[in-house]
Amino acid sequence: MIKQGKAWKFGDYISTDHIAPGRLFHLRTNLPELAKHVLEDADPEFASKMNVGDFVVAGNNFGLGSSREHAPQVLKIAGVNAVLAKSFARIFFRNAINIGLLAITCDTDRINQGDELELDLSLGIIKNITQETEIIMTPLPDVMIKILNDGGLAKHIEKYGDFQLV
Amino acid sequence: MGKTISEKIISEHSGREVKAGDFVVANVDVTAVQDGTGPLTIQEIQKIGLEKCINPERTILFIDHAAPSPRKELSNAHKILREFSKKTGAILSDVGEGVCHQRLVEDYVNPGEILIGADSHTCTSGALGAFATGMGSTDVGIAIALGKTWLRVPDTYKIQVTGTFNDGVYPKDLILHLIGLIGADGATYKALEFTGETISNMAMSDRFTLSNMAVEAGAKAGLIASDEITKEYLFSRGRGDKFREIYPDDDAVYERVIEIDVTRLEPTVSCPHTVDNTKLAAQLGNIKVDQVFIGSCTNGRIEDLRIAADILKDKKVHSDVRLLVIPASRDVFLQATVEGIVEILVKAGASIMTPGCGPCVGVHAGILGDGEVCIATQNRNFQGRMGNTNGEIYLSSPATAAASALEGYITDPRKVICSIADQRTYPFEKYI
Repeated sequence: MIKQGKAWKFGDYISTDHIAPGRLFHLRTNLPELAKHVLEDADPEFASKMNVGDFVVAGNNFGLGSSREHAPQVLKIAGVNAVLAKSFARIFFRNAINIGLLAITCDTDRINQGDELELDLSLGIIKNITQETEIIMTPLPDVMIKILNDGGLAKHIEKYGDFQLV
Repeated sequence: MGKTISEKIISEHSGREVKAGDFVVANVDVTAVQDGTGPLTIQEIQKIGLEKCINPERTILFIDHAAPSPRKELSNAHKILREFSKKTGAILSDVGEGVCHQRLVEDYVNPGEILIGADSHTCTSGALGAFATGMGSTDVGIAIALGKTWLRVPDTYKIQVTGTFNDGVYPKDLILHLIGLIGADGATYKALEFTGETISNMAMSDRFTLSNMAVEAGAKAGLIASDEITKEYLFSRGRGDKFREIYPDDDAVYERVIEIDVTRLEPTVSCPHTVDNTKLAAQLGNIKVDQVFIGSCTNGRIEDLRIAADILKDKKVHSDVRLLVIPASRDVFLQATVEGIVEILVKAGASIMTPGCGPCVGVHAGILGDGEVCIATQNRNFQGRMGNTNGEIYLSSPATAAASALEGYITDPRKVICSIADQRTYPFEKYI
């Protein structure tokens, strides 16, 4: 699977409060509406500026904080192709894979705001078309690859009626 | 090879001997959701035709994050949980019963069990010697329906704690210090095991404070071996029969050991906007506060309210400060009433509010104005956490929060304790 889009650069410690703020708690049962505010508290204009298929590119500990699955959900609904980060907080990472949002651990220092990226999952690399470089992604554990291949955890369970992961 | 607490509990629940790094499907004893995550949980299992509850008496739906509801959308979200409870028999913990993590340790989780909850601070129950971890709505929904989840057995950091807390210094200062030391991602994917003489002598309420904040260092769980203190606590909650000893083997393998001597600690504060941005209260200078919040799953227990009441007795909160106090559960509220703590706090000028999460989630009950500063006993101070990205949140112990409410600026509690007790015993000048 190859995905192409533009990089939107964020820093370290982007929390679930930045991605899906607590003050918008009342929109949690209306995810398409909440998605219009995606990452609003990190960049108020992100949702209006981004295009479907773009990448969120961040530093360390992306998604720290709350267990709210709404955070990866609104990124996915907004059309973010994948989140690339140097590291992820545990619950966000697990939630992202569970709902079928690609969360990719890699060295993001060599990606600049606006760079055109091409993600090649079968090769496990990110091509930075703007800079003509390639970045190797950290492989996902097998369990998570199975979940992603089935379209997320709910779909996996729907398919097998139980866990068929280990 | 010996096992850590995590390895022991997960082995028992997965039917094989596991070690750190293994992937397993494990049986889950207790599941929990709250009003922010529960509606999505129910929606996700409905979508795949799995709207059922395999173990209803151990599935708890908490209405605590926006309780009572401040707006109709949230009232409708609450209805979803109440309807699911009626349909499946899952237990409902409705408005006013308290914060999920306090209610879970009070009445639902036992040593040796696995709890997964759709709330990041689910790790609180680790203080009972249970493997308790936060997950998202879908994970918990599937565990509600099937009674299982998949887990990667975590590596463990042993947090070896020695020494005695000096006056004015509390386990909250210890956990803030630890997070400042290793960073907000210092233990990502790891389990923490708190151990050592200081932990062995520590009351359950303080152990809960430590385990509660494990996730603020990125950890998956914050575990404490169960012992006589755990047993007494369980008896006090009417389920002494559920006690069992859970402890790591002597030859358990730890990825890292961190030693902390609490005798050397001083009142510590997390400064905006990350929990690991810690400084000593005495070094902060004159930071004026507009709001003080004493409560939350971290520090809203009776022991915390007693500390606040000791400091605020026969005093008045500073005229520029709003003091919000929220007992973590209905039982805590009742006990505070019986002990006269409510009267002391109200006379001091506090607003006492419905047991629940209060302003910690930024939904209601104390949202900050632009440029306002709050010092809170909660566990998180991210930008926007209290409903306004232009607000600033400092985290501290109940004593530091109460002292700051009196003085109107962030205050080392030893300054106030000193004036209450004996100037010679507490020469606070040396600290400021």
